[in-house]
Amino acid sequence: MKLLSCRETTRLVSQGLDRELAFGERVALRVHFAICLGCRRAARQMKFLRRAVRELPART
Amino acid sequence: MRAPDDFRAQLEALRPYLLRYANLQLRDAASAEDAVQEALLAALAGQASFAGRANLRTWLTGILKHKIVDAIRRQAREPVVSAEADEELADFDDLFTERGHWNERPAAWGDPDGALEQAQFFRALETCLERLPSRTARVFMLREHLGLETGEICKELDITPTHCWVLLYRARMTLRECLQQTWFAK
Repeated sequence: MKLLSCRETTRLVSQGLDRELAFGERVALRVHFAICLGCRRAARQMKFLRRAVRELPART
Repeated sequence: MRAPDDFRAQLEALRPYLLRYANLQLRDAASAEDAVQEALLAALAGQASFAGRANLRTWLTGILKHKIVDAIRRQAREPVVSAEADEELADFDDLFTERGHWNERPAAWGDPDGALEQAQFFRALETCLERLPSRTARVFMLREHLGLETGEICKELDITPTHCWVLLYRARMTLRECLQQTWFAK
């Protein structure tokens, strides 16, 4: 199996929010996450962005 | 039953909010004004269907969302300015090394849920959104705010799924970086 770089990982995480990932893609992500704290954080933050943007605009 | 003038005044009072909301998604003052005007007219005509509902703002925002999607459809037929196309393609060269690893590892965000309770956080988010190239922002808002599927977005804007994913990826990475700097690092 091909190992993903962080650039490829973030790209795939983003696509995972827009389409269903293939089994192989999900496995590759999991392998990368196991060794990369930065990408785990980036993934969590992209999901958080989605929640925040749904609640726009500011109630002022 | 409310007097019609009273209803009209209540709608008018919401105009500034509606304009800000439309601008955030359309990124064009004239189109935003038009969309809001259409929504307000539709609301006046549809006053009967509001009767009894709790929240005028929510009801009106719902009408405006449809007008915004219509406006984006119309905008999609206009050619993209080439400078903007270039901007969309700018790569994250400073974010990753040549081999594709983080130059600087993303920091942890303390208490993001707490941020969602703060109006100021949403102001910061709006400011970050305003900095995105306008087409990127439109695609991102269609997807993440209005919740359209990428298939629909591609069709509306006449772009390929791959292009759509690239724009969404750029939007997410740029916003992540922007919020990191303007909110979470503070």
